[in-house]
Amino acid sequence: MPTYNLNVNKKNHTVEADENMPLLWVLRDLLDLVGTKFGCGIGQCGACTIHLDGVASRSCLMPISSVGDAKITTIEGLSEDNSHPVQKAWKEVDVPQCGYCQAGQIMTASAFLEDNPSPSKEEVRSAMHGNICRCSAYNRIEEAVNLAAKM
Amino acid sequence: METTNNTISFNRRSFIKTVGLSTGGLMIGFTLFEACKPDSKVLLDLETLNYKDFNAFIKIADNGMVTIYSKNPEIGQGVKTSMPMLIAEELDVPWEHVLVKQADLDTTKYKGQVAGGSQSIRSSWMPLRQTGATARQMLINAAAIKWGVDPSECYTEEGIIKNSRNEKLSYGAVVSEAALLEVPENVKLKDPKDFKIIGKDIKNVDIDKIISGKPLFGLDYKVEGMVYAVSLRPPAFGQKLVSFDDTEARNVNGVTDVFQFGDKVAVLATNTWAAINGKKALIAEWSSDEKLMSTEEHDLELTNLFDSDKLKAVRSDGNIDRAKNSADKVIEYTYEAPFLPHSCMEPMNFFAHVTDAKVELAGPIQTPEGTARQVAGLLKRDIETVHLALTRIGGGFGRRLIGDYAVEAAEISNISKKPVKLVYTREDDMAGGFYRPIVKYKISAAIKNSKLVGYHLKETAVGSSINKSRASYFPAGCIDNYKVEAAQLPSEITTGPWRAPVCNFLATAEQTFIDEIAEELNQDPVKLRLELLEKAKKNKADLEWSPERMIGVIKLAAEKANWGKSKEGVYQGFSVYYSHNSYVAEVAEVVLKDNKPVVTKVYCAVDCGIVVNPLGAKNQIEGGIIDGIGHAMYGEMRFLKGKPQSLNYDSYRLIRMMETPLVETYFVDSNEDPTGLGEPSLPPVGAAISNAIKAATGQRYRIQPYLKYMEEVIEVVS
Ligand code: FES
Ligand code: FES
Repeated sequence: MPTYNLNVNKKNHTVEADENMPLLWVLRDLLDLVGTKFGCGIGQCGACTIHLDGVASRSCLMPISSVGDAKITTIEGLSEDNSHPVQKAWKEVDVPQCGYCQAGQIMTASAFLEDNPSPSKEEVRSAMHGNICRCSAYNRIEEAVNLAAKM
Repeated sequence: METTNNTISFNRRSFIKTVGLSTGGLMIGFTLFEACKPDSKVLLDLETLNYKDFNAFIKIADNGMVTIYSKNPEIGQGVKTSMPMLIAEELDVPWEHVLVKQADLDTTKYKGQVAGGSQSIRSSWMPLRQTGATARQMLINAAAIKWGVDPSECYTEEGIIKNSRNEKLSYGAVVSEAALLEVPENVKLKDPKDFKIIGKDIKNVDIDKIISGKPLFGLDYKVEGMVYAVSLRPPAFGQKLVSFDDTEARNVNGVTDVFQFGDKVAVLATNTWAAINGKKALIAEWSSDEKLMSTEEHDLELTNLFDSDKLKAVRSDGNIDRAKNSADKVIEYTYEAPFLPHSCMEPMNFFAHVTDAKVELAGPIQTPEGTARQVAGLLKRDIETVHLALTRIGGGFGRRLIGDYAVEAAEISNISKKPVKLVYTREDDMAGGFYRPIVKYKISAAIKNSKLVGYHLKETAVGSSINKSRASYFPAGCIDNYKVEAAQLPSEITTGPWRAPVCNFLATAEQTFIDEIAEELNQDPVKLRLELLEKAKKNKADLEWSPERMIGVIKLAAEKANWGKSKEGVYQGFSVYYSHNSYVAEVAEVVLKDNKPVVTKVYCAVDCGIVVNPLGAKNQIEGGIIDGIGHAMYGEMRFLKGKPQSLNYDSYRLIRMMETPLVETYFVDSNEDPTGLGEPSLPPVGAAISNAIKAATGQRYRIQPYLKYMEEVIEVVS
C-alpha cells in the first residue's frame, strides 16, 4: 500500500493507505481524529467537513491520493482552547442537540466567515444549506453564525 | 424512599447497605454518594469498594467538586444536563461546581435507564430531587454531630453547611462521615420559589467537547485491537440469503475475515473503508422477491381495510351510527402518511467484545437494559456478565429503542472472537429501518343544527395502532357521539416508534379535520376548538389530559401570533395537541413566493409544567417543529417488492437551513410537575402548516409528503 505524508492541524503524519481511501476514514480510523464525522459518505450532509488549505471540503469524497501537500484542518485543530469565534458563538448560543452534525457545521461556518466576514442573513442561510442537522437546530446554527460574524 | 413511578425506589435497607471491606473487616454503611478524594488514604479505600451495590448518583470531592451521574441515555433531548440539575438543586451546590458523567448501564444502581416517550424528566422529577435532598440532609447531620448541635440549627448555602453560631464546613469536609450515617426519611424538598438551578438557562454539559470534536459518540469509540465490521443484509424485507461468493471481498486490502451469520454476511477489516469495500465486493444470491409487497399495494390494502371486518373499536362514546343517520350533513375525508426512516445523523453502530468471561458492549442505544438482556439471552450468558457503556447518541427519534445493531455486533464478535465495531453505512441505515408505519385516517363528522354531534375516526396502518390512551386525546370527551376504530395490515417491513409514535400523524389528521369542520360550520377554527374544550369541561369528561391546560396554550399561541390579524400576504394556520403529558399549540405562518407556499414562522405555546432548563427546552421545541415540517413536506420511504427505494440523502430529502422557518416559543407559567419535551412539539405542526397552506392557496393537502402533491398542483396551474 502506498504511503502518504499529511499535514493535519499543523502536524505531519505518515500513513499507509489505499489510494482511494477517503480522507474521512484516514482521519478517523488511521489517525484517531474522530471529531470529523461520517454522515452519508456521498457529499450530501456536510458532517465530514474539514478545511483543505482553508477551504471547506467534504472529506468523505476526497481520496487520500488527491490531498497532496494541502494543509488539512479538522475540528480538533480549529483552536487549542475553543477560542475560535465560531466555537465561542456556538457555546454562547448553546447550539447542539445531539451534537453529531456540529463539527461539520462549525467547519463550514468558519471557512465561510473567513471568506465573507460580514455576511447578510440570506448569505448565512445559503452558506449553511449544505449541512444537514437531523435534530433541526437550524435556528440556533443561524443565530450562532450571525453572532460569530460580529465577534 | 418509595416512589410510585418506579424510577428509583430505594428503601432504607438498600440505601444503607453495610459492606464488609476485605481489609480487616471494617464495616461501612454507605449510601448513594461516594466520596472521592484521590490523595486521601481512607477515600482511596472507598474508591476500591465495589459500588455495584449502591445507588450512586453523587460523588463529592474534598475541594467541593461534585460529580453527578446521569443515568439515562442522551440522544440530544438534553437529559444529561437537565437530570443532574434536579440533583444539584436539592443538594444545594453551585452548578459551576458540578461535573456530569454519563452512567453506564447498571440495573442494581439505577432503574429505568431508558430514553423514550419523553418520560425521563417526568419520571425523575421527584426521585432525583429526593436523592439530592437526602444527601444534603446527611451532610448537615454529619456537620451537626461535629459541632455538637442539633441539625435543625444548621442550613446549607452553595455547598457549605452553616450553623447559627456562624461556623462553616464545606460538603467535602464532612462527606466521609456523612456517608456512614443513617439515611433520613421524608426529607423536605425545596419550595419551587427557592430554586436556584431549576428554571435557569443551563448550557449543554457536553458543549466544550462537542465544539472541539472530542470522542463522545458510539462511532468514536475505540479499543486496542478492534476490528471494523460491515454487514450485508437482505436487500428486501422478507428475503433470505441463498448463497454468496466472497472471493473478491477477501482480496480487498484490509479485509481480515468474511462469514455468514443467519441471512447476513459480515465483512471484518482493519478500517471502516476496507470493510465497506469488502461488502461491496460480495456477490450474493437472494430468495425470490416475487411475493413481496410494494407501496402501491400497501396503499390499496390500507384503503380496503376501512371497509373490512378487521376494524376493531378502540373507544366508543354515545352512538355514532345514530348521530350520523340523523345528521343534517356528514363530512368525511381521508388523510395519509407514508413510511419514514429515522435518519439519525449518527448511523447505527455498536461496539462488542465477547470473551469467555464477559461481554463488553458500548454505543448509542435508547434501551440499554433491554438490549443487554437480549445479548445475554442470545449468547446464553448471565446478565451480570454483560457490561454496557453508554456513549453520547447522535440522534434517536425512536430508532435506537430497538437494539438489533447491538445484538448483531455481539453476534459478530462472538463468532470472530474479536473486539468489533459494527458500522452501518447510510445505505445500511436507511434500508435496515424500523420505519414510521404507513398510515391512513378516515374521519367523518356528523353535523346537526350547525353543531358537531358526532366524530368517527378509522385508522388503518402497517404495524402500529392507536391505543386506548391515544384514542382518548382531544377531541375525545368533547363530542357526545365519538368512535375510534383501527385495523392493521401485516407486513414483512419492520416498523417501530418514530418521534411521537402514532401522534406524529394522528395529530395532523385530526387537527386538519377540525379545520375542515370549522370551514363547514363557517366558524373560526380557534373558536371551534375552544368551544369543544368548554364542552369537555362541562361534561367533566374522564380524561387523562386537562381541557383547561389545553385552553391555556390555545389562548397563549393565538395571542402571541396575533391570530386573525396577520399582516397582508401572511396566512396563518392553527393546531393544538396534547401528547406525552405536555400541551402544545402552534400557529404557522405561510407566505407565497412565486406562487409557492413557504412556511416562514411558527409561534408555539407550551405547557409542560415547570420548565427545568428553558435553554434546552426551547431547543427541543424548535427541533420538534422544524423536524415535523421537514417530514410533512418531504419525507417518504417507498418500497418496491419489499426493497426500500431511498437509500441516502440524495434520494431522501431532509429539511435544510433555507427551508427552515423561525420558531418563537412561549411557555405557560406553571407550578405543575414538569413533563417531557423531546416529542410533543412535533405532532401539531403538520396540521398547522397544512391549515396555513390552505389559507394561502385555497388548496387542502391531506396526503404527506405535501410537497409532492403541491408540485403536481403547481404544475397544473402554471
Ligand atoms: S459524510 Fe461527507 S457529506 Fe455526508
Ligand atoms: S445536533 Fe443532532 S444532527 Fe445536528
